Amino acid sequence: MTSRQDSRSVGIVQPQVARFDDPLLLACGRELSGFELVYETYGQLNASKSNAILICHALSGHHHAAGYHSESERKPGWWDECIGPGKPIDTQRFFVVSVNNIGGCHGSTGPKSINPETGKAWGPDFPSLRARDWVHSQARLADRLGIDCWAAVIGGSLGGMQAMRWSLEYPDRLKHCVVIAAALKLSAQNLAFNELARQAIFSDPAFEDGNYIYNGTVPSQGLSLARMVGHITYLSDEAMANKFGRELRAGSFELGDEDNIEFQVQSYLRYQGSQFSSQFDANTYILMTRALDYFDLAREYENDPVKAFTHASCSFLVMSFSTDWRFAPARSREIVDALIAANRPVTYAEIQADEGHDAFLMPIPRYLNAFSAYMQRVGGDS
Amino acid sequence: MRLDLSHIQRWIAPHSRVLDLGCGDGEFLETLQRERQVNGTGIEIDEDNINAAIARGLNIIEQDMDGGLGNFPDQSFDTVVMAHALQAVHYPDRVLEEMLRIGRECIVTFPNFGHWRCRVHLGTRGRMPVSEFMPHSWYDTPNIHFCTVRDFEELCLQRDIRILSRDFVGNTDREPLLATTWPNLFATTAIYHITR
Repeated sequence: MTSRQDSRSVGIVQPQVARFDDPLLLACGRELSGFELVYETYGQLNASKSNAILICHALSGHHHAAGYHSESERKPGWWDECIGPGKPIDTQRFFVVSVNNIGGCHGSTGPKSINPETGKAWGPDFPSLRARDWVHSQARLADRLGIDCWAAVIGGSLGGMQAMRWSLEYPDRLKHCVVIAAALKLSAQNLAFNELARQAIFSDPAFEDGNYIYNGTVPSQGLSLARMVGHITYLSDEAMANKFGRELRAGSFELGDEDNIEFQVQSYLRYQGSQFSSQFDANTYILMTRALDYFDLAREYENDPVKAFTHASCSFLVMSFSTDWRFAPARSREIVDALIAANRPVTYAEIQADEGHDAFLMPIPRYLNAFSAYMQRVGGDS
Repeated sequence: MRLDLSHIQRWIAPHSRVLDLGCGDGEFLETLQRERQVNGTGIEIDEDNINAAIARGLNIIEQDMDGGLGNFPDQSFDTVVMAHALQAVHYPDRVLEEMLRIGRECIVTFPNFGHWRCRVHLGTRGRMPVSEFMPHSWYDTPNIHFCTVRDFEELCLQRDIRILSRDFVGNTDREPLLATTWPNLFATTAIYHITR
């Protein structure tokens, strides 16, 4: 467990906001007349501005990837295991930029922001987004920070897909692309789970077609259910067995006592759901799951990932986890095989881990070692 | 570096694309990249080796050769190398076929089970040879498909595999001449440069 005084923590961090007044044309054809990005940075940008790392967050992530916002914050940023002094993304060596994607609900322009044309929050009218829209908005931030070329663009899950998109949209602006627990596109099973999550939100009467934002209601029931569904897919059977098994939180199987039975896993899921629904915006969740659904790296390259990757010029590190069934190792191997066929430099590690998809956030020794070893190479190239 | 690996180097053209199957900790591939400026990729299954190879700055793919090599396109590498791994795979002949499909040229090294010490060991003691070079007992050895120099050449003949050159390493420095003259008896390691 790290603390803010820990020498391996980046300590107290302060989010920053960058405002962009030039319009951003989105993949859906609509335009944002301007936008804001909220981001955090850790470490120091070197004089040649060659040591910058971009962190891309996953579906429900945000800019707060490492350190603490205050002395009283209970938990550090979501990727504190991997970002900090002496950690794989070593802040003594790298300047790390972590951005909240547009469409998000943690400060960057999204459904909760004011639409300048109406003077009201965008709500459900916020334009539909694709991973490339995030990439283009982040390129503007790189311009603003004077970063011509990232030493690496790094992401897990949806963040990994976004990192791959970076490698195709701006091949000259990154030297390394680190893709963890990701896929070239979602499978039918992935799409099905996302649809289930959205339907859970839609079916909450408080959702009101996304207009809850104007009516002071919150579809917390639906959002909570959506998160519970998602959460199950982030864990493996092994992880759930280890963490909860069939332990009871309340009640017993004694005669006549069955009414009060509650399994630990039930209570855990409900807690996760209710926590999430109090912090996350339902319109953002719908927007983000759709962006994930629509992602298909190779669609515009004749559906051929090999053709797609011939447009990339960086080196790749791909990692997967043995019990991840949301983006299974086989999905990562598709990425690796396409990179091999496209003659791109690629390194691939398949980490044995019980933790399922969530393993990419966990301090698994082999994962951290392989990640650190690769980041040494990134440092050598920067 | 291991003797067989220093022998291989001269068969690899500068700036060529090299695939090293079972690359270990990547020492050889690193040497090739430094001295021959090759574009190298390694395949390995041992996680400590993989981390060591990543730390050397190499492109390493975690992959089990016994699961096939179908993800590597035809003739996509100039040279495919497999040093001291032939005897450890489930189907050596299939791996050889795959190597020849993927690479324009291939280099294979393997321990020669026909070496006189093996014969003596088996002949006089009636037990599977254990030596400095083959340190495992029969029950825990990763080497499940030993062959002799003659066995290998017979397989090449059967499968229309062309031997471009061959080289042999003897037991210590005393036997290089014996090893090249009577390899099946005196070579500890056989090195073959092959193609289709």
